[in-house]
Amino acid sequence: MPKKSEIAVECLNVNYRVNRRLLVDNLNLQIYPGEILILLGRSGSGKTTTIKLINNLITPTNGDVMVLGKSTTQWNPFDLRRNIGYVIQEIGLFPHFTVEQNIGLVPQLLGWERDRISDRVYQLLKLVSLEAQYFAKRYPHQLSGGQRQRVGVARALAADPPILLMDEPFGALDPITRLELQREFRQLQQQLGKTVVFVTHDIQEAFFLASRIGLMQDGRLVELGTPQEFIDSQQPEAQAFLECLTIPKVS
Amino acid sequence: MIEFFSRYGAEIIQHTLEHLYLVTIAISISLLIGIPLGILVTRKPELNQPILGFANIMQTIPSLALFGLLIPLPIIGGIGDRSAIIALTLYSLLPIIRNTYTGISGVDPAIREAGKGMGMTDLQLLFQVEIPLAMPVILAGIRVATVIAIGLATVAAAIGAGGLGVFIFRGIQTINNQLLLAGAIPSALMALIADFGLGFIEKRFQIKE
Repeated sequence: MPKKSEIAVECLNVNYRVNRRLLVDNLNLQIYPGEILILLGRSGSGKTTTIKLINNLITPTNGDVMVLGKSTTQWNPFDLRRNIGYVIQEIGLFPHFTVEQNIGLVPQLLGWERDRISDRVYQLLKLVSLEAQYFAKRYPHQLSGGQRQRVGVARALAADPPILLMDEPFGALDPITRLELQREFRQLQQQLGKTVVFVTHDIQEAFFLASRIGLMQDGRLVELGTPQEFIDSQQPEAQAFLECLTIPKVS
Repeated sequence: MIEFFSRYGAEIIQHTLEHLYLVTIAISISLLIGIPLGILVTRKPELNQPILGFANIMQTIPSLALFGLLIPLPIIGGIGDRSAIIALTLYSLLPIIRNTYTGISGVDPAIREAGKGMGMTDLQLLFQVEIPLAMPVILAGIRVATVIAIGLATVAAAIGAGGLGVFIFRGIQTINNQLLLAGAIPSALMALIADFGLGFIEKRFQIKE
C-alpha cells in the first residue's frame, strides 16, 4: 500500500447529487502516480461525472476529492485545472485558434514567454507524430478526426501536467485510427509517466490501456482491479462487459 | 436635374452628414449599452425577461410617437439632436442585445467546457473564446440595427433634429416629389452601403467549424 503522498488522486466517500438523484454514490478510490486507471461503464454510470469532480468542474455534494494531497475545494480552481490535462470526446479545439494557439493555450494562461510556448508546441507536435511546420499554422477544420484528436492530446500535455483526464478521447474515431492512437498513446504514457484517468465504455480499449480498471454502475464503483482481476470477476456487470469481447459466431 | 443639384446639392450634403451623425452616435451608444447587456444576460439568465422585454417594448412603440414622447421630457428630451439620438438608440438596442445573447449562447458547449476544464477564467473564456466565436452573429445584429436606424432617422426631422428627413417632410408638405426623393434616395443608398459594408465585415469574421 503506497503512502499518502504517493497518491495522485483520491476520492473519499464522494457523493454527487443533482435533484435528489445520486450521480456518484459513495465513491472511494485511490489513483497512483504513473498508472492508467480506466473508468469503465455504460452511459450514465457516472464516469464523466467522476472526472469532472477531479478537476472541480463540479464539486462533491459530500466527501472530498484530494488531488496531489490537497482537497479540490482548497485548490484555486484555475490553478487546479491548469495542473491537470483534459481531453474530451468532442475534443473542444477552438475553431478560431490555429493548432499552435490551441496547443499553447494553457502555457499562455500560465504566462509563459512566446518563444518558450512556440518551442513547446513544436516539441509536442513531434511527440504526437504531427509534422510541426506543416500543422502549426492550420486551423482545426483543416484536420482529419485523428489529427484533431492528436492535437487535443498535445494540448492537454502542453504545460506538462502530472495528471491527465481523458473522457472517451478516441470514441468518435474509426476503429483503425482509434487503435493507432491507442497504441501511440500507450507508448507516450509509458515514456512520460503521467497519471491518467481514462473514461471509456469500450472494454477492448480498457484492456488495451489499463493498469487498473474501475467499473462503474449507477454511480457506484462496483469493481476495481487489474485487467486480470477483472477477467476473474464474478460481478454481473463485469461479466456483461466481458461478453462484449468475444467475436460472435457467423452462421 | 442639373438645376436641381445646383440648387439643393449643398443642402443634400449637409443633411446627409447630419443623418450620418445621428445614426453613428445612436449606434455607438447602443453598442456600448447593448453588448454588455447581452453578455450580462448570458451570465444571469433571470435578467433575460426584463432586459429583452424592455428592448422589445421599445421596438413596438411607433417611431413617430417615440420621437414625440421624448420632446416634453427634461434633460434627456427636448427638441433637436438629443431626443432623436435617444429614440434611435432605444430602437437599436433590441437587435444588438438579442444577437449578442444568441451568439454567445450558441457557442458549442464542448468548446466552453474544454476552455473551462483547461483553467480559463470566465473573463478569459468570454474575451478569447465566446466573443470571437459569437462575432458573426453580433455583427449581424449591428447590421440590422444600423439599417433600421438609417431609415428611422428620417423621422428625426419631425422633432427638429435635421437629417435627410427634412427633404422628405418638406416634399410631402409642398407635394414636391423631387424634394421627397432628394431625401429618400440618399437615405436608401446609405442603408444599402451600410448593409453591404457590415455584411462584408461579418463574412470576414465567419469561422469554419
